[in-house]
Amino acid sequence: MRGILTARDGVVVEIGGMPILLRTGDESFRRILQDRYSGFTSLNSVPEIDFEISVHDPATELDPDCDLEVQRHDDRWILRRGDFIAEWQSTSGRGRVRQSQNPYAIDSVLRIIHSLILVSQGGFLLHAASAIRGGQAFLFAGISGAGKTTISRLAPSDAILLTDEISYVRRRPDGYCACGTPFSGELAKVGENVSAPIAVLFLLAKGQQNCVEPVEQADAVCFLLRNILFFAQDQELVKLVFQSALDFVNAVPVRRLVFVPDERVWDLIVRAGEILP
Amino acid sequence: MSERYIAPSSAIAARMLGGEMMIMSAVDSTFFTLNEVATVIWQSADGTTPLSQIIHERVCSEFDVDSTSALYDANDFVDEMAKHGILIVSDHPIVVSASQEPAR
Repeated sequence: MRGILTARDGVVVEIGGMPILLRTGDESFRRILQDRYSGFTSLNSVPEIDFEISVHDPATELDPDCDLEVQRHDDRWILRRGDFIAEWQSTSGRGRVRQSQNPYAIDSVLRIIHSLILVSQGGFLLHAASAIRGGQAFLFAGISGAGKTTISRLAPSDAILLTDEISYVRRRPDGYCACGTPFSGELAKVGENVSAPIAVLFLLAKGQQNCVEPVEQADAVCFLLRNILFFAQDQELVKLVFQSALDFVNAVPVRRLVFVPDERVWDLIVRAGEILP
Repeated sequence: MSERYIAPSSAIAARMLGGEMMIMSAVDSTFFTLNEVATVIWQSADGTTPLSQIIHERVCSEFDVDSTSALYDANDFVDEMAKHGILIVSDHPIVVSASQEPAR
């Protein structure tokens, strides 16, 4: 059945060049999906993965106190949280989701599926803002409060915001690129559905002046491992995440960006992208 | 004290990057970077060479340290790694599969 389904069966959401078909018989929920993923829906792409979504009353169907669990049984993945339960077969690409009408549930399912697919390709989802300026992508990582939203807000008008919360990092034969995502944070602004080669990963720190500082590779790897979104309790995939983090740090400059919250920091960001190898 | 033999667990990922050995436990995602001496011990953890011999032949010959204090520190290091499931420790030689050979 893969490859012959059309967008009429549901909504095809394409993030990072990966089209996923979300099918639902619930017309109102389909409209919610179309609104939620506006800018990331596709009519022409052939979906490689498809999910049948059934919307239920969470009070009767699911345990609201259930923490997130992601488990693999051969090629079958079970994803479970208080507001959804999903099953996905990685070989066929097909899956089912039972969830409440809250779109954050399918948002979480998509993040998990993308993180599982990306890790086998050397990429990952990173807790970071990202934007494109001058044809290059810049990533800004940090814990909550480090300045991801601030940097995104300060971006000049010629910068393209990819996300203010979850960055999508893909590995390509010629390096790494960042792709836009609909996964937004405090800014509540969906990113643009475009991509560009990653010039620098900045680790954010607020300070009294704008400056770019070197970061030891071990510190960069440690930071990256703490901020990569990965949910599966699977030893082989955890090893792949580690290898991906090391490969990334080996290929992409990582620097600490100390900044004061005004727009001049963006001149420094672009200059760093021009200077760094 | 009897001889101690050490070998890397199969549930770890390790690689040298920028001259530093980096190791992560796939069980609890604990991440370690090793200093030069610890890296030598790690790279010598073949399951068949006693820890005391590693210290004598590899550590003391490469670093300016006496064997008694080096062995004392090495035992601490090995205990810590074993606690996180990074190293397997035994008082008998350990059979190491190809996939368990330490990253060099």
